[in-house]
Amino acid sequence: MLAKVFLGVAMSVVIYAAFFYAPSAMGLGEKSRIIFFHVPLAWVGVLAYLVSMVHAIKFLKTRDLYHDRMGSFNSEMGVVFTILATITGAMFAQAAWGVYWNWDPRQTSIFVLLLIYGAFFALRSALEEEETRARLSSVYLILAFFSVPFLVFIVPRIYSSLHPDPIINVEGSLNMDSKMFQVFIASLFCFTGLYFWIYNLNSRLIKLKARSGGDELE
Amino acid sequence: MGKTSSSWLKGFFAVLKKDLQSEFRTRYTLSALFMFALTTLVIVSFSLGVMEIDPGLHAALLWIIVFFASMAGMARSFVKEEEAGTRLALRLSGRIEFIFFGKLLFNLLMLMILLLVIGPLYLIFMLPPLESYFVFSLVLFLGAVGISGATTILSALVARAASRGTLLPVLSFPILLPILFTSINATRLLFSGSGFGGIHSDLLFTLSYSVIIITISFLLFGFVWEE
Repeated sequence: MLAKVFLGVAMSVVIYAAFFYAPSAMGLGEKSRIIFFHVPLAWVGVLAYLVSMVHAIKFLKTRDLYHDRMGSFNSEMGVVFTILATITGAMFAQAAWGVYWNWDPRQTSIFVLLLIYGAFFALRSALEEEETRARLSSVYLILAFFSVPFLVFIVPRIYSSLHPDPIINVEGSLNMDSKMFQVFIASLFCFTGLYFWIYNLNSRLIKLKARSGGDELE
Repeated sequence: MGKTSSSWLKGFFAVLKKDLQSEFRTRYTLSALFMFALTTLVIVSFSLGVMEIDPGLHAALLWIIVFFASMAGMARSFVKEEEAGTRLALRLSGRIEFIFFGKLLFNLLMLMILLLVIGPLYLIFMLPPLESYFVFSLVLFLGAVGISGATTILSALVARAASRGTLLPVLSFPILLPILFTSINATRLLFSGSGFGGIHSDLLFTLSYSVIIITISFLLFGFVWEE
Protein backbone atom coordinates (compact mmCIF):
# COMPACT_ATOMS: atom_id res chain seq x y z
CA MET A 1 0.00 0.00 0.00
CA LEU A 2 2.68 2.45 1.11
CA ALA A 3 4.75 1.64 -1.95
CA LYS A 4 1.81 2.34 -4.25
CA VAL A 5 1.12 5.72 -2.65
CA PHE A 6 4.79 6.56 -2.87
CA LEU A 7 4.90 5.54 -6.53
CA GLY A 8 1.83 7.64 -7.32
CA VAL A 9 3.28 10.72 -5.62
CA ALA A 10 6.71 10.21 -7.18
CA MET A 11 5.21 9.78 -10.63
CA SER A 12 3.25 13.01 -10.29
CA VAL A 13 6.33 14.84 -9.09
CA VAL A 14 8.33 13.52 -12.05
CA ILE A 15 5.67 14.57 -14.53
CA TYR A 16 5.49 18.02 -12.98
CA ALA A 17 9.27 18.35 -12.81
CA ALA A 18 9.66 17.20 -16.41
CA PHE A 19 7.73 20.25 -17.55
CA PHE A 20 8.50 22.91 -14.95
CA TYR A 21 11.68 22.04 -13.05
CA ALA A 22 14.10 20.69 -15.64
CA PRO A 23 15.52 23.13 -18.17
CA SER A 24 15.21 22.34 -21.86
CA ALA A 25 18.30 21.00 -23.58
CA MET A 26 20.49 23.32 -25.60
CA GLY A 27 19.81 23.16 -29.31
CA LEU A 28 16.76 20.98 -29.06
CA GLY A 29 14.57 23.38 -27.10
CA GLU A 30 11.32 22.40 -25.44
CA LYS A 31 10.93 19.21 -27.43
CA SER A 32 13.85 17.71 -25.52
CA ARG A 33 11.46 17.15 -22.59
CA ILE A 34 10.20 14.01 -24.27
CA ILE A 35 13.39 12.31 -23.09
CA PHE A 36 11.86 12.04 -19.60
CA PHE A 37 9.17 9.75 -20.99
CA HIS A 38 10.59 8.25 -24.15
CA VAL A 39 13.78 6.78 -22.70
CA PRO A 40 12.16 5.21 -19.59
CA LEU A 41 9.49 3.64 -21.80
CA ALA A 42 12.11 2.13 -24.08
CA TRP A 43 14.13 0.97 -21.07
CA VAL A 44 11.11 -0.74 -19.49
CA GLY A 45 10.30 -2.33 -22.85
CA VAL A 46 13.75 -3.90 -23.12
CA LEU A 47 13.65 -4.85 -19.43
CA ALA A 48 10.34 -6.66 -19.93
CA TYR A 49 11.83 -8.56 -22.86
CA LEU A 50 14.85 -9.52 -20.78
CA VAL A 51 12.63 -10.73 -17.94
CA SER A 52 10.51 -12.73 -20.37
CA MET A 53 13.64 -14.46 -21.63
CA VAL A 54 14.68 -15.24 -18.06
CA HIS A 55 11.24 -16.78 -17.50
CA ALA A 56 11.64 -18.79 -20.70
CA ILE A 57 14.94 -20.21 -19.45
CA LYS A 58 13.36 -20.97 -16.07
CA PHE A 59 10.49 -22.72 -17.79
CA LEU A 60 12.82 -24.99 -19.73
CA LYS A 61 14.62 -25.83 -16.48
CA THR A 62 11.66 -26.37 -14.17
CA ARG A 63 8.77 -27.12 -16.62
CA ASP A 64 6.54 -25.02 -14.40
CA LEU A 65 3.78 -23.47 -16.52
CA TYR A 66 3.81 -20.43 -14.26
CA HIS A 67 7.03 -19.34 -15.94
CA ASP A 68 5.53 -19.82 -19.38
CA ARG A 69 2.61 -17.56 -18.51
CA MET A 70 4.89 -14.98 -16.97
CA GLY A 71 7.14 -15.10 -20.03
CA SER A 72 4.22 -14.56 -22.34
CA PHE A 73 2.81 -11.80 -20.13
CA ASN A 74 6.15 -10.01 -20.00
CA SER A 75 6.40 -10.14 -23.78
CA GLU A 76 2.98 -8.55 -24.01
CA MET A 77 4.06 -5.85 -21.62
CA GLY A 78 7.28 -5.40 -23.58
CA VAL A 79 5.23 -4.89 -26.73
CA VAL A 80 3.03 -2.26 -25.06
CA PHE A 81 5.98 -0.29 -23.71
CA THR A 82 7.91 -0.62 -26.97
CA ILE A 83 4.95 0.68 -28.96
CA LEU A 84 4.71 3.64 -26.59
CA ALA A 85 8.43 4.28 -26.98
CA THR A 86 8.08 4.07 -30.78
CA ILE A 87 5.22 6.55 -30.76
CA THR A 88 7.00 9.04 -28.52
CA GLY A 89 10.11 8.58 -30.64
CA ALA A 90 8.17 9.28 -33.82
CA MET A 91 6.72 12.40 -32.24
CA PHE A 92 10.21 13.59 -31.42
CA ALA A 93 11.39 12.72 -34.92
CA GLN A 94 8.60 14.80 -36.41
CA ALA A 95 9.49 17.75 -34.18
CA ALA A 96 13.26 17.53 -34.58
CA TRP A 97 13.82 16.09 -38.08
CA GLY A 98 10.55 16.93 -39.79
CA VAL A 99 9.38 13.38 -40.47
CA TYR A 100 7.68 10.81 -38.29
CA TRP A 101 9.54 7.89 -39.75
CA ASN A 102 12.77 7.80 -41.75
CA TRP A 103 14.24 4.33 -41.03
CA ASP A 104 16.87 5.71 -38.77
CA PRO A 105 18.88 2.75 -37.34
CA ARG A 106 17.15 3.27 -33.99
CA GLN A 107 13.75 3.15 -35.60
CA THR A 108 14.73 0.10 -37.61
CA SER A 109 15.93 -1.74 -34.54
CA ILE A 110 12.85 -0.97 -32.47
CA PHE A 111 10.66 -2.00 -35.39
CA VAL A 112 12.43 -5.36 -35.63
CA LEU A 113 12.07 -5.76 -31.88
CA LEU A 114 8.32 -5.48 -32.36
CA LEU A 115 8.48 -7.96 -35.26
CA ILE A 116 10.23 -10.54 -33.08
CA TYR A 117 7.48 -10.47 -30.53
CA GLY A 118 4.80 -10.37 -33.19
CA ALA A 119 6.32 -13.59 -34.50
CA PHE A 120 6.39 -14.96 -30.96
CA PHE A 121 2.65 -14.45 -30.56
CA ALA A 122 2.01 -15.91 -34.02
CA LEU A 123 3.93 -19.01 -32.98
CA ARG A 124 1.99 -19.29 -29.72
CA SER A 125 -1.34 -19.07 -31.46
CA ALA A 126 -0.29 -21.78 -33.94
CA LEU A 127 0.53 -24.31 -31.20
CA GLU A 128 -2.44 -25.94 -29.60
CA GLU A 129 -1.15 -28.26 -26.93
CA GLU A 130 -0.26 -26.30 -23.80
CA GLU A 131 2.98 -28.01 -22.87
CA THR A 132 4.32 -27.99 -26.44
CA ARG A 133 3.34 -24.35 -26.82
CA ALA A 134 5.17 -23.42 -23.64
CA ARG A 135 8.28 -25.37 -24.62
CA LEU A 136 8.58 -24.23 -28.22
CA SER A 137 7.73 -20.61 -27.59
CA SER A 138 10.30 -20.52 -24.79
CA VAL A 139 12.91 -21.78 -27.24
CA TYR A 140 11.95 -19.09 -29.74
CA LEU A 141 12.04 -16.39 -27.10
CA ILE A 142 15.58 -17.30 -26.07
CA LEU A 143 16.73 -17.59 -29.67
CA ALA A 144 15.17 -14.29 -30.67
CA PHE A 145 16.60 -12.44 -27.72
CA PHE A 146 20.10 -12.99 -29.04
CA SER A 147 19.47 -10.74 -31.99
CA VAL A 148 18.30 -7.93 -29.69
CA PRO A 149 21.77 -6.83 -28.56
CA PHE A 150 22.84 -6.62 -32.20
CA LEU A 151 19.86 -4.52 -33.09
CA VAL A 152 19.76 -2.27 -30.04
CA PHE A 153 23.43 -1.73 -29.32
CA ILE A 154 25.49 -2.57 -32.37
CA VAL A 155 23.51 -1.56 -35.46
CA PRO A 156 22.86 2.05 -34.32
CA ARG A 157 26.58 2.45 -33.67
CA ILE A 158 27.76 1.04 -36.99
CA TYR A 159 25.33 2.89 -39.21
CA SER A 160 25.16 6.61 -38.54
CA SER A 161 22.10 7.56 -36.58
CA LEU A 162 20.46 10.89 -35.90
CA HIS A 163 19.25 9.64 -32.55
CA PRO A 164 20.48 11.75 -29.62
CA ASP A 165 22.48 9.40 -27.47
CA PRO A 166 22.97 10.82 -24.02
CA ILE A 167 22.84 7.65 -21.92
CA ILE A 168 25.54 5.33 -23.11
CA ASN A 169 27.18 7.39 -25.79
CA VAL A 170 30.45 6.56 -27.46
CA GLU A 171 32.64 8.11 -24.76
CA GLY A 172 30.53 6.54 -22.04
CA SER A 173 29.99 9.93 -20.43
CA LEU A 174 26.92 11.98 -19.69
CA ASN A 175 26.46 15.40 -21.18
CA MET A 176 23.36 16.46 -19.37
CA ASP A 177 22.42 19.37 -17.23
CA SER A 178 22.35 18.31 -13.56
CA LYS A 179 18.69 19.28 -13.07
CA MET A 180 17.75 17.41 -16.22
CA PHE A 181 19.74 14.45 -14.99
CA GLN A 182 17.91 14.38 -11.64
CA VAL A 183 14.50 14.30 -13.31
CA PHE A 184 15.71 11.78 -15.86
CA ILE A 185 16.97 9.33 -13.23
CA ALA A 186 13.87 9.83 -11.10
CA SER A 187 11.71 9.10 -14.11
CA LEU A 188 13.67 5.93 -14.87
CA PHE A 189 13.12 4.76 -11.30
CA CYS A 190 9.42 5.57 -11.39
CA PHE A 191 8.78 3.74 -14.64
CA THR A 192 10.78 0.76 -13.42
CA GLY A 193 8.69 0.81 -10.23
CA LEU A 194 5.53 0.89 -12.31
CA TYR A 195 6.79 -2.09 -14.25
CA PHE A 196 7.48 -4.12 -11.16
CA TRP A 197 4.09 -3.21 -9.75
CA ILE A 198 2.34 -4.58 -12.85
CA TYR A 199 4.67 -7.59 -12.77
CA ASN A 200 3.84 -8.36 -9.17
CA LEU A 201 0.08 -7.96 -9.69
CA ASN A 202 0.07 -10.32 -12.63
CA SER A 203 2.33 -12.84 -10.96
CA ARG A 204 -0.13 -13.08 -8.05
CA LEU A 205 -3.05 -13.30 -10.45
CA ILE A 206 -1.47 -16.19 -12.34
CA LYS A 207 -0.69 -18.05 -9.13
CA LEU A 208 -4.26 -17.57 -7.87
CA LYS A 209 -5.76 -18.78 -11.14
CA ALA A 210 -3.50 -21.83 -11.14
CA ARG A 211 -4.58 -22.62 -7.58
CA SER A 212 -8.29 -22.19 -8.31
CA GLY A 213 -8.22 -25.05 -10.76
CA GLY A 214 -5.89 -24.29 -13.63
CA ASP A 215 -8.51 -22.85 -15.97
CA GLU A 216 -7.54 -21.49 -19.37
CA LEU A 217 -5.64 -18.30 -19.02
CA GLU A 218 -5.19 -17.27 -22.59
CA MET B 1 39.25 -40.06 -29.06
CA GLY B 2 39.72 -41.22 -32.62
CA LYS B 3 36.96 -43.76 -32.19
CA THR B 4 34.45 -41.30 -30.76
CA SER B 5 35.07 -38.75 -33.47
CA SER B 6 34.69 -41.36 -36.18
CA SER B 7 31.39 -42.59 -34.70
CA TRP B 8 30.30 -38.96 -34.54
CA LEU B 9 30.99 -38.51 -38.20
CA LYS B 10 29.22 -41.76 -39.00
CA GLY B 11 26.02 -40.79 -37.22
CA PHE B 12 26.11 -37.37 -38.68
CA PHE B 13 26.62 -38.54 -42.24
CA ALA B 14 23.95 -41.19 -41.81
CA VAL B 15 21.34 -38.46 -41.25
CA LEU B 16 22.71 -36.44 -44.13
CA LYS B 17 22.75 -39.45 -46.41
CA LYS B 18 19.19 -40.40 -45.53
CA ASP B 19 18.01 -36.87 -46.30
CA LEU B 20 19.90 -36.71 -49.55
CA GLN B 21 18.51 -40.07 -50.61
CA SER B 22 14.92 -39.11 -49.92
CA GLU B 23 15.57 -35.77 -51.61
CA PHE B 24 16.96 -37.56 -54.62
CA ARG B 25 13.77 -39.62 -54.86
CA THR B 26 11.23 -36.88 -54.42
CA ARG B 27 13.22 -33.76 -55.31
CA TYR B 28 10.80 -31.80 -53.18
CA THR B 29 13.17 -29.32 -51.56
CA LEU B 30 15.15 -28.57 -54.66
CA SER B 31 12.13 -28.12 -56.87
CA ALA B 32 10.48 -25.83 -54.32
CA LEU B 33 13.67 -23.80 -54.02
CA PHE B 34 14.27 -23.58 -57.74
CA MET B 35 10.78 -22.88 -58.90
CA PHE B 36 10.34 -20.16 -56.33
CA ALA B 37 13.67 -18.54 -57.09
CA LEU B 38 13.26 -18.82 -60.82
CA THR B 39 9.75 -17.37 -60.80
CA THR B 40 10.74 -14.35 -58.73
CA LEU B 41 13.89 -13.80 -60.75
CA VAL B 42 11.95 -13.92 -64.01
CA ILE B 43 9.35 -11.48 -62.67
CA VAL B 44 12.08 -9.09 -61.56
CA SER B 45 13.97 -9.37 -64.82
CA PHE B 46 10.80 -9.13 -66.88
CA SER B 47 9.61 -5.95 -65.23
CA LEU B 48 12.96 -4.21 -65.06
CA GLY B 49 14.54 -5.41 -68.30
CA VAL B 50 18.10 -4.34 -68.80
CA MET B 51 17.42 -1.01 -67.19
CA GLU B 52 20.39 0.46 -65.40
CA ILE B 53 19.47 0.26 -61.73
CA ASP B 54 21.10 1.34 -58.51
CA PRO B 55 23.56 -1.17 -56.89
CA GLY B 56 21.54 -0.97 -53.67
CA LEU B 57 18.43 -2.03 -55.54
CA HIS B 58 20.31 -4.89 -57.21
CA ALA B 59 21.49 -6.16 -53.84
CA ALA B 60 18.03 -5.89 -52.29
CA LEU B 61 16.36 -7.73 -55.19
CA LEU B 62 18.92 -10.53 -55.14
CA TRP B 63 18.53 -11.12 -51.41
CA ILE B 64 14.74 -10.91 -51.52
CA ILE B 65 14.82 -13.73 -54.08
CA VAL B 66 17.26 -15.77 -51.99
CA PHE B 67 15.42 -15.19 -48.71
CA PHE B 68 11.95 -16.16 -49.87
CA ALA B 69 13.16 -19.06 -52.01
CA SER B 70 15.08 -20.49 -49.08
CA MET B 71 12.04 -20.08 -46.84
CA ALA B 72 10.00 -22.12 -49.32
CA GLY B 73 12.61 -24.87 -49.35
CA MET B 74 13.79 -24.95 -45.74
CA ALA B 75 10.30 -25.21 -44.26
CA ARG B 76 10.16 -28.80 -45.44
CA SER B 77 13.16 -30.24 -43.65
CA PHE B 78 11.30 -31.26 -40.50
CA VAL B 79 7.73 -31.10 -41.77
CA LYS B 80 8.46 -34.04 -44.04
CA GLU B 81 9.42 -36.17 -41.03
CA GLU B 82 6.20 -35.17 -39.36
CA GLU B 83 4.07 -35.92 -42.41
CA ALA B 84 5.69 -39.23 -43.22
CA GLY B 85 5.44 -40.24 -39.57
CA THR B 86 9.18 -40.86 -39.39
CA ARG B 87 9.93 -38.34 -36.65
CA LEU B 88 9.70 -40.92 -33.91
CA ALA B 89 11.92 -43.36 -35.79
CA LEU B 90 14.48 -40.66 -36.41
CA ARG B 91 14.40 -39.71 -32.74
CA LEU B 92 14.98 -43.25 -31.63
CA SER B 93 17.77 -43.97 -34.07
CA GLY B 94 19.98 -40.93 -33.74
CA ARG B 95 21.42 -38.64 -31.11
CA ILE B 96 20.27 -35.04 -31.33
CA GLU B 97 23.73 -33.83 -32.32
CA PHE B 98 23.64 -36.00 -35.43
CA ILE B 99 20.16 -34.94 -36.33
CA PHE B 100 20.77 -31.23 -35.82
CA PHE B 101 24.03 -31.06 -37.72
CA GLY B 102 22.86 -33.52 -40.37
CA LYS B 103 19.80 -31.40 -41.10
CA LEU B 104 21.88 -28.24 -40.94
CA LEU B 105 24.34 -29.53 -43.49
CA PHE B 106 21.54 -30.82 -45.70
CA ASN B 107 19.90 -27.39 -45.67
CA LEU B 108 23.21 -25.72 -46.37
CA LEU B 109 23.88 -28.05 -49.31
CA MET B 110 20.45 -27.38 -50.80
CA LEU B 111 20.93 -23.65 -50.41
CA MET B 112 24.37 -23.79 -51.99
CA ILE B 113 23.03 -25.68 -55.00
CA LEU B 114 20.34 -23.03 -55.32
CA LEU B 115 22.87 -20.19 -55.11
CA LEU B 116 25.12 -21.93 -57.60
CA VAL B 117 22.33 -21.57 -60.15
CA ILE B 118 20.59 -18.39 -59.06
CA GLY B 119 23.77 -16.34 -58.57
CA PRO B 120 25.00 -16.72 -62.17
CA LEU B 121 21.44 -16.42 -63.52
CA TYR B 122 21.00 -13.14 -61.69
CA LEU B 123 24.26 -11.85 -63.15
CA ILE B 124 23.20 -12.91 -66.64
CA PHE B 125 19.67 -11.55 -66.47
CA MET B 126 20.27 -8.33 -64.57
CA LEU B 127 23.89 -7.48 -65.50
CA PRO B 128 24.98 -5.78 -62.30
CA PRO B 129 28.55 -4.41 -62.51
CA LEU B 130 30.82 -6.87 -60.71
CA GLU B 131 34.59 -6.97 -60.29
CA SER B 132 35.38 -10.13 -58.41
CA TYR B 133 33.34 -13.29 -58.86
CA PHE B 134 35.22 -14.99 -56.05
CA VAL B 135 34.27 -12.40 -53.45
CA PHE B 136 30.69 -12.44 -54.72
CA SER B 137 30.53 -16.21 -54.19
CA LEU B 138 31.99 -15.75 -50.72
CA VAL B 139 29.23 -13.28 -49.82
CA LEU B 140 26.59 -15.69 -51.10
CA PHE B 141 28.17 -18.62 -49.27
CA LEU B 142 28.30 -16.82 -45.92
CA GLY B 143 24.71 -15.70 -46.38
CA ALA B 144 23.74 -19.33 -47.02
CA VAL B 145 25.55 -20.44 -43.85
CA GLY B 146 23.63 -17.85 -41.84
CA ILE B 147 20.26 -18.63 -43.38
CA SER B 148 20.56 -22.38 -43.00
CA GLY B 149 22.01 -22.03 -39.51
CA ALA B 150 19.08 -20.01 -38.23
CA THR B 151 16.31 -21.81 -40.10
CA THR B 152 17.23 -25.38 -39.09
CA ILE B 153 15.89 -25.05 -35.54
CA LEU B 154 13.04 -22.81 -36.67
CA SER B 155 11.82 -25.36 -39.20
CA ALA B 156 11.83 -27.93 -36.39
CA LEU B 157 9.68 -25.52 -34.35
CA VAL B 158 7.34 -24.88 -37.24
CA ALA B 159 6.89 -28.59 -37.90
CA ARG B 160 4.92 -28.86 -34.67
CA ALA B 161 2.68 -25.88 -35.39
CA ALA B 162 -0.68 -25.75 -37.10
CA SER B 163 0.08 -23.22 -39.85
CA ARG B 164 3.31 -24.73 -41.07
CA GLY B 165 3.84 -23.11 -44.41
CA THR B 166 3.35 -19.48 -43.54
CA LEU B 167 4.99 -19.40 -40.15
CA LEU B 168 8.63 -19.94 -41.11
CA PRO B 169 9.28 -16.63 -42.91
CA VAL B 170 7.53 -14.78 -40.07
CA LEU B 171 9.66 -16.46 -37.43
CA SER B 172 12.96 -16.32 -39.24
CA PHE B 173 12.84 -12.78 -40.58
CA PRO B 174 13.68 -11.01 -37.30
CA ILE B 175 16.42 -13.51 -36.51
CA LEU B 176 17.90 -13.39 -40.00
CA LEU B 177 17.68 -9.63 -40.31
CA PRO B 178 21.22 -8.89 -39.09
CA ILE B 179 22.53 -11.35 -41.71
CA LEU B 180 20.34 -9.93 -44.48
CA PHE B 181 21.39 -6.43 -43.45
CA THR B 182 25.10 -7.11 -43.78
CA SER B 183 24.77 -9.36 -46.83
CA ILE B 184 22.77 -6.73 -48.69
CA ASN B 185 25.28 -4.11 -47.68
CA ALA B 186 28.22 -6.25 -48.83
CA THR B 187 26.52 -7.05 -52.14
CA ARG B 188 25.72 -3.38 -52.69
CA LEU B 189 29.35 -2.45 -52.10
CA LEU B 190 30.51 -5.20 -54.46
CA PHE B 191 28.16 -4.00 -57.18
CA SER B 192 29.43 -0.47 -56.78
CA GLY B 193 33.00 -1.50 -57.40
CA SER B 194 34.64 -2.30 -54.08
CA GLY B 195 36.69 -5.43 -53.49
CA PHE B 196 37.30 -7.74 -50.55
CA GLY B 197 38.88 -4.99 -48.46
CA GLY B 198 35.74 -2.88 -48.56
CA ILE B 199 33.38 -5.57 -47.37
CA HIS B 200 35.46 -7.64 -45.01
CA SER B 201 33.88 -6.15 -41.87
CA ASP B 202 30.42 -7.07 -43.18
CA LEU B 203 31.59 -10.61 -43.87
CA LEU B 204 33.12 -10.88 -40.42
CA PHE B 205 29.86 -9.76 -38.87
CA THR B 206 27.85 -12.28 -40.88
CA LEU B 207 30.22 -15.06 -39.91
CA SER B 208 30.25 -14.27 -36.20
CA TYR B 209 26.49 -13.84 -36.05
CA SER B 210 26.03 -17.19 -37.81
CA VAL B 211 28.35 -18.90 -35.34
CA ILE B 212 26.41 -17.44 -32.40
CA ILE B 213 23.03 -18.44 -33.84
CA ILE B 214 24.18 -21.97 -34.71
CA THR B 215 25.63 -22.44 -31.22
CA ILE B 216 22.46 -21.28 -29.48
CA SER B 217 20.29 -23.34 -31.85
CA PHE B 218 22.33 -26.40 -31.06
CA LEU B 219 22.00 -25.83 -27.32
CA LEU B 220 18.24 -25.33 -27.62
CA PHE B 221 17.57 -28.05 -30.16
CA GLY B 222 17.18 -30.72 -27.50
CA PHE B 223 14.13 -28.94 -26.10
CA VAL B 224 12.47 -28.82 -29.51
CA TRP B 225 13.26 -32.38 -30.38
CA GLU B 226 12.25 -34.13 -27.15
CA GLU B 227 8.98 -35.97 -26.42
